[in-house]
Amino acid sequence: MSKYTEDDLKKELETKEYEYGFYTDIESETFPIGLNEDIVRAISKKKEEPQWMTDWRIESFRYWLKMEEPEWANVHYEKPDFQAISYYSAPNGKPKYDSIDDVDPELLETFAKLGISLDEQKKLAGVAMDVVIDSVSVATTFKSTLAEKGIIFCSISEAIREHPELVRKYIGSVVPQRDNFYAALNSAVFSDGSFCYIPKGVRCPMELSTYFRINQANTGQFERTLVIADEGSYVSYLEGCTAPSRDENQLHAAVVELIAMDDAEIKYSTVQNWFPGNKEGKGGVYNFVTKRGICEKNAKISWTQVETGSAVTWKYPSCILKGDNSIGEFYSIAVTNNYQQADTGTKMIHIGKNTRSTIISKGISAGKSQNSYRGLVKINKRAHNARNFSQCDSLLMGNACGAHTFPYIEVNNKTAQIEHEATTSKIGEDQIFYCNQRGIDTEKAIALIVNGFSKEVLNKLPMEFAVEAQKLLEISLEGSVG
Amino acid sequence: MDLKDKLLTSYIAFEDHLKENSPLHDLRSSAIKVFEEKGFPSKKEENWKYTSLNSLLKEQYSFSSKTEGAIDFKDVKKYFLHNVDTYKLVFIDGVYSSFLSETTHDGIDVCLLSSALDKSKYEPVIEAYFNKAAKEDGITQLNTAFTKEGAFIHIPKNKEVDKPIEIIYFSTGNEGAMFLQPRNLIVADENAHVQIIERHQSLSSNAVLTNTVTEIFADKRAMVDYYKIQNDKPSASLVDSTYIIQQRESICSMHTFSFGGQITRNNLQFRQEGEHCDSILNGITIIQEKQHVDHNTLVHHIAENCESHQDYKGIFDDSSTGVFNGKVYVEKEAQKLDAFQQNNNILISDDATINAKPQLEIFADDVKCSHGCTIGQLDSDALFYMRSRGIGQKEAKALLMYAFANNVLESVKIPELKSRINKLIADKIGVSLGFEL
Repeated sequence: MSKYTEDDLKKELETKEYEYGFYTDIESETFPIGLNEDIVRAISKKKEEPQWMTDWRIESFRYWLKMEEPEWANVHYEKPDFQAISYYSAPNGKPKYDSIDDVDPELLETFAKLGISLDEQKKLAGVAMDVVIDSVSVATTFKSTLAEKGIIFCSISEAIREHPELVRKYIGSVVPQRDNFYAALNSAVFSDGSFCYIPKGVRCPMELSTYFRINQANTGQFERTLVIADEGSYVSYLEGCTAPSRDENQLHAAVVELIAMDDAEIKYSTVQNWFPGNKEGKGGVYNFVTKRGICEKNAKISWTQVETGSAVTWKYPSCILKGDNSIGEFYSIAVTNNYQQADTGTKMIHIGKNTRSTIISKGISAGKSQNSYRGLVKINKRAHNARNFSQCDSLLMGNACGAHTFPYIEVNNKTAQIEHEATTSKIGEDQIFYCNQRGIDTEKAIALIVNGFSKEVLNKLPMEFAVEAQKLLEISLEGSVG
Repeated sequence: MDLKDKLLTSYIAFEDHLKENSPLHDLRSSAIKVFEEKGFPSKKEENWKYTSLNSLLKEQYSFSSKTEGAIDFKDVKKYFLHNVDTYKLVFIDGVYSSFLSETTHDGIDVCLLSSALDKSKYEPVIEAYFNKAAKEDGITQLNTAFTKEGAFIHIPKNKEVDKPIEIIYFSTGNEGAMFLQPRNLIVADENAHVQIIERHQSLSSNAVLTNTVTEIFADKRAMVDYYKIQNDKPSASLVDSTYIIQQRESICSMHTFSFGGQITRNNLQFRQEGEHCDSILNGITIIQEKQHVDHNTLVHHIAENCESHQDYKGIFDDSSTGVFNGKVYVEKEAQKLDAFQQNNNILISDDATINAKPQLEIFADDVKCSHGCTIGQLDSDALFYMRSRGIGQKEAKALLMYAFANNVLESVKIPELKSRINKLIADKIGVSLGFEL
C-alpha cells in the first residue's frame, strides 16, 4: 500500500464537497429584490402582523438607513449590496403546516438529507423542532406535548399573532432596534424565527431545536429568535444552520434575544454550518449575527457554539449579568479553513453583585483562513465581587492562516477578580507520530487531537449535537495540517 | 486657535530659522503634512480608545523657551543618580545645559542631537537611522517636524560603555505652560553594550506636555538596557513614543516605572529584524489620585527563533486609571518563536479603573505564544497570615505590594537605580519597610 501522505490528505480535503450543498427544488414565493419601506410593509402584511409590529419594523428601517456598516472587525469581504437581495422567500403553498403529514414530501426529503428527519428526531431524540427554510417556519414538532406544560414553542410570526402581549413586551428589549447595523436591518425585515416561552417553575422536558436553511438564490435569511424563561424555569435550546452551495455570497443576519428571569436558566447551543465557500474562497454565507441574553437575579445563561461554516462570521453572543448572583457562560469552538474568516467572541457585562462569568474559546485555523477571538469583560462600578475567567486557545495548522486574540477587559470595581489567558499552539509532529506508531493514521490522529483540544466545549453540548459537532469538526479540518 | 493650528503656524516660523539646505528639510515638511492630516489622536482610534488627550490640548502652551533657564545643581541633585558616576545629558526647557551635563566623544558619542544634525561628520549615521524606525502617526511626525534637540548616543562596534548614561529633561515652568518635543537617537553598533536612564521632570506646578520620540537601533549582538522613570508632578503629562529595531542576536530591554504625572502614555514598539533576538518589556505602575497611565506596546516578530517577554504590573489607588494595550504580532516567517506577555493589576480603591487589552496576532504555526492578564486584590489569606504574626495592616499590605512588583524590580541591572526605585515605591505606598530589597 502506498503511503497516504499529508499531501494526499490535503488534496482530498480541498476537493471535498460541502456535504449539505444541495438545492431543493421547491416552488417558492420570493419577493422582488431590493429594500425600501414598501418591502418592509409588504413583509409585515404577508405575515398578517398587527399595526404595532409594522410600525416597529418601519422605525427600525429608518434607523437602519442612518447607520453605517461596521468595519472594525478583523474580516475583509466585499460588502453585500443590500438592494440586490430578496428579503422574503417562502416555500410555496400554505406557509404553515398543522402536522408533519401535510409537509411537502420534497421538503421532508431535504430534512432527511440534512440528517434531521423530523419523524426520526421525533421518535429517537425527543427533540422538539422548529424548521426555518429561507424565511418561513415550515414545521414545528411536538407542539402539543409542550403545550401541556404551558410551554409556548412556535414560529415568531405565529407568536406575534397569538401571543402579542409577550412579544411586544420583550422584542427589542435585549437587542434594541438601533443596537447595530445588522440588528437594525434584521428588526426591519426579519421574516421568521422561533419563539419560546417557558412558564414559571417549569423545566422544559426536552431540547428545543430550530433548524435554519437558506435555499433560494439571492435571498437573505433574517430570522429572529426570542426565548423567555420565566422565574425558576429551565430550557435547553439548540440551533443548527445549513445552506446550499452557491457562487454568490448569501447573507444571514439574525438576532437572538434571551431573557432569563429570576432563578431561570437558559442553555443555548448553536452548530453553525453555513456554506463556507469553495476552496478558492468563492461564495459562502456572510454570517452577521447579534445574540444577547439578559440575566435577572440568580439566573444563568450559557452559550455554546460550534462555528464551522460561513465565509465570514461576525458574531458575539453576549450576557448582560444584571441581577445579583447571575452567571454567564460562553463556550465556543470556531473552525476556519480555506478562505474562511471568523471574528467571534463574547461580551460579559457584569452589573449585579456576585456575578460570575466563564469564557472558554477554542479557535482552530487552517488553510488560508483568519480566526479572531474578540471579547469584552466589563465590570461595572457596583458589581461587587464579580468573577471572570477567560481562556482563549488557538490552534494553527500550516503557516498560511492566522489566529488573533483581541480581549478587552474593563474593570471599575476593586473587588473584581479577572483572569485571562491565551495560548497558541500547533499539532506537534510528535503527537502525530505517537498516534501513527499505535496504528492510528494521520487523518484519524488529527481528528483525535482536535477533539481533545476542543473537548472542554464539546462536553457542554447536548448529546445529540455533540456527535454531530464532532463529525463537523472532522469534516472541516482533516488534512489541513501542513 | 486650537493647539493643532498653533503648532502648524509656529512650524512656519520654526522652519525659517533652520538652514535652507538642511538635509532634514524634506523630512520635516512631509512630517508636518502627516500631522496636519492626522492631527492629535482621538478616542475614536482603536489604539487610543482608553486615553484622551483632549484635556491637555486646551492649555495655552509656549513652544520654546525665551530665557535661558538656570538651575542650581543642588536643587535638582535628587533627580540624578548622584552616588554613581554617569554620563549626563541635561536639558532645561528643551535647551541643552552644558553646566549640568557630562558628555563625551572619547570612543563613543554621547552628545546632542542638534550638533549631530549640524556636523557633516555625523551625516552618514543621521542619514542611515534618523526617523527610520518612527511610525507614520500624527503625534510622532509632529515631533519629527519640530526635531531640534535631544540626546544622540552612538556606540561603535565592540564597545562597552563604562558607565550608565542619564538623559534628563527639566521644565522650569518660568514661562507658564510648556509644550516640549525632545527627540533621542540611540545607535548601538555590533556587539556594543549600553545602559541608559531617561527621565522627564517638571520643577513647577505649571502645565507641561512632553511629546518625546526615541529611536533605538541595536545591531548584531548589541545590548541595550533602557530605563524610564516617570515620576512627574501632577501637572505634567507625557506622550512617550519609543521605537526599537533589533538585528540578529541583539538583546534590548525597556523598563518603565510610572509613578506619577497627569496623563502618561507610553507607545513602545519593538521590531525584530534578525534571528535570535530577545526583547524584554517590563513595567511597574503605581499611581493614585486622578493619574492616568497608558502602556501601549507592540512587539513585531519578523525573524525566526526570537523571543519576547513582557511583564507589566500595576497598582491603582484613588480614582486613577490604568490602561494596558499590548500586542504581539507574529509574521508567518517568524517560526520557532517564544513570546510571552503578562499583565497583572491590583485595584486598591473603588474608584480606580483598569482597561486591559492584551492582543495576539499570529500568522506562524510553529510558535509558542501566550499571554495572561489578571485583575484582583491583595490576597486576604496572606494579609491575615502576616497580621496574625504582628505585622500591621499597612505594612502587611505594603509587603504584599512589594512582592507583587518585585519580579520586575529584580530585572533592574544597575544597583544604585534599583535602590532608588525601591525608595520611590516605598514613598508611593507610604511606608518605610526598614529594609531594602
